[in-house]
Amino acid sequence: MSVRTLKIDDKDVAVEAGTSIMDAAKEAGVPIPKLCHLEGLTPVGACRMCLVEIEGLNKLLPACVTEVSEGMVIHTQTPKLQEYRRMNVELIFAEGNHVCSICVANGNCELQDVAIEVGMDHSRFPYRFPDRGVDLSHPLFGIDHNRCILCTRCVRVCDEVEGAHVWDVAQRGAACYIVSGLNQPWGEVDACTSCGKCVDACPTGAIFKQGSTTGEKQADADTLEFLYTAREKHQWTR
Amino acid sequence: MAKTVVIDPVTRIEGHAKISVFLDDAGQVSNAQFHVVEYRGFEKFCEGRPYTEMAGITARICGICPVSHLICSAKTGDKILAVQIPKAADKLRRLMNLGQITQSHALSFFHLSSPDFLLGWDSDPAKRNVFGLIAADPDLARAGIRLRQFGQKVIEILGGRKIHAAWTVPGGVREPLSEEGRAWIIERLPESFDTIRKALDIFKGLINGPMKEEVEVFGEFPSLFMGLVSQDGQWEHYDGHLRFADSNGNVVADGLSEDDYQDFLGEAVENWSYLKFPYYKPMGYPDGIYRVGPLARLNVCDRIGTPQADIELQALRDYAGGVPTSSFLYHYARLVEILACLEHIQLLMDDPDIMSPRVRAHAGVNALEAVGVSEAPRGTLFHHYKVDDNGLVQKVNLIIATGQNNLAMNKTVTQIAKHYIHSEDIPEGFLNRVEAGIRCYDPCLSCSTHAAGQMPLHVQLMAADGELIKEVYR
Repeated sequence: MSVRTLKIDDKDVAVEAGTSIMDAAKEAGVPIPKLCHLEGLTPVGACRMCLVEIEGLNKLLPACVTEVSEGMVIHTQTPKLQEYRRMNVELIFAEGNHVCSICVANGNCELQDVAIEVGMDHSRFPYRFPDRGVDLSHPLFGIDHNRCILCTRCVRVCDEVEGAHVWDVAQRGAACYIVSGLNQPWGEVDACTSCGKCVDACPTGAIFKQGSTTGEKQADADTLEFLYTAREKHQWTR
Repeated sequence: MAKTVVIDPVTRIEGHAKISVFLDDAGQVSNAQFHVVEYRGFEKFCEGRPYTEMAGITARICGICPVSHLICSAKTGDKILAVQIPKAADKLRRLMNLGQITQSHALSFFHLSSPDFLLGWDSDPAKRNVFGLIAADPDLARAGIRLRQFGQKVIEILGGRKIHAAWTVPGGVREPLSEEGRAWIIERLPESFDTIRKALDIFKGLINGPMKEEVEVFGEFPSLFMGLVSQDGQWEHYDGHLRFADSNGNVVADGLSEDDYQDFLGEAVENWSYLKFPYYKPMGYPDGIYRVGPLARLNVCDRIGTPQADIELQALRDYAGGVPTSSFLYHYARLVEILACLEHIQLLMDDPDIMSPRVRAHAGVNALEAVGVSEAPRGTLFHHYKVDDNGLVQKVNLIIATGQNNLAMNKTVTQIAKHYIHSEDIPEGFLNRVEAGIRCYDPCLSCSTHAAGQMPLHVQLMAADGELIKEVYR
């Protein structure tokens, strides 16, 4: 086993080669904000919240998909990063239709938490107010595309953990949206096992249990982490 | 030359509006109009949302009376689920509505209207507000503020927060009442009774003395009254059926169901206001003018059903010599209703059902169309939803209490303007009386408009050709 030594925010860290900066930072006790990353799922670097500065490189790199290398000196909380992160969250808010006050995830939403963390008190970008729909055709769950931030956690958890691969991403750029099956109503997709892992994986109120009212969603991302450690590390206790 | 006086915006009301007073060539008032000048569009943008969200969305219509929308929307949701909600949920929703009526009426009386009564119509406008009241009579002001706090705290105890509590849901409520919450309410009730008794004594003194004229001038006219009553004709605020009564105390229509509201309520539109003009359909527009709210509820019910409030209801009827028809007596009715609310809260505190943990029924979409009704502090509120098979809202119609008093408010400002204004030279205190005619109804224009920042009084004197002759700011 080869080891890499590096510095994250002035802390000396030694981790296995191949470890991501995100995992190295976790081991060093350095928090890095994230939205699309979920322990146990393949990292994709979709949300750009975990960008870090590495000395000697003039571009910012996402911590979740960047492997550590020997002697790296990483900064996670520079003024530049803080400004970029805030701008990033503002853009996410401006892109969709996020109305916290009436959302099922109000008070239990990772996007909301991140917005507070980066100090976003308003958006400097005009809201797009896109015309998006809600699909309540599934008997147990619903998806509100207005609240989707395209993190693709649902796509990955359904494919990699449940093995059903109900979800995918359609279109390109700003027109992207999550589809179930072959762009069918969710309730008509035979592949869906109604396991609810996508509800637990969703960082916002986009995927929720039917009948939920304001602030009632209690997503349990820990369950997914438990499934991952149980399967990968054979640890069966929580 | 004919002229128009514009009071814009109207102050110490909830929402944004203006009043135009039209003067004829001789400087006499020919007409007055109450305009609601903002547009919000809730009925449109709720389309496409899950019906389970409607309580949360429609509560945002208003920060003063969100509970009314929460309750009415949840009742509409109950009908979409086609369930009978648990007994405890029914009683707890009632408890919240009683807290809401108490706090809203206390706000209207003590914070918004009593400065006129206690400091005088013609007193310094800069001090004619709740702060002036605090300076003039700190004990009464404190008692009034604490009475409102009591109502707000009842809402918070049940819903976790005072404003926009996401607690009433289709099928019932989310949380039962806690022991600590019940204990707090019981402990605070006696003080609330004392305050309302004191306010009733003060107001009775006013209308038998210095404010006798206001009773005759502020919206004294015959009209229909509409409100909910219980199956046996008692005062209601949450359930029961609708009743229309006239100014002579005759019941015009009874046993009406909210499901059929379109058969007996019409909504007219005028091009000078964003607020619609509902009317009683069988009598046509505008003859079908009816009033809703505290005075209407007291006029349609046979009795209130609690001892102290029934005595006060009789005193009100005795004062008016029959059916009270002056809108100035809305203030009186509000105080009687607070007393009724406190007595009903006391009864609920002794009811073993309210501590039950079974408060929510779960079901799917079992009806595609539903109409809910409840009594908001300002009057009867209707929510009407149509949903698709999955529960996505296709169509929404909301009939707000304040809208139903629109015809009456216009009639009231005209009556007051005609009485007090006789030339272009109008003292500020007279304009304040015109505004106060609107305040009798405690209109919640936030329910159809935005409340926008500071609201100074702005009066414009306009010539018939639109030329600005005189402008006064307060």
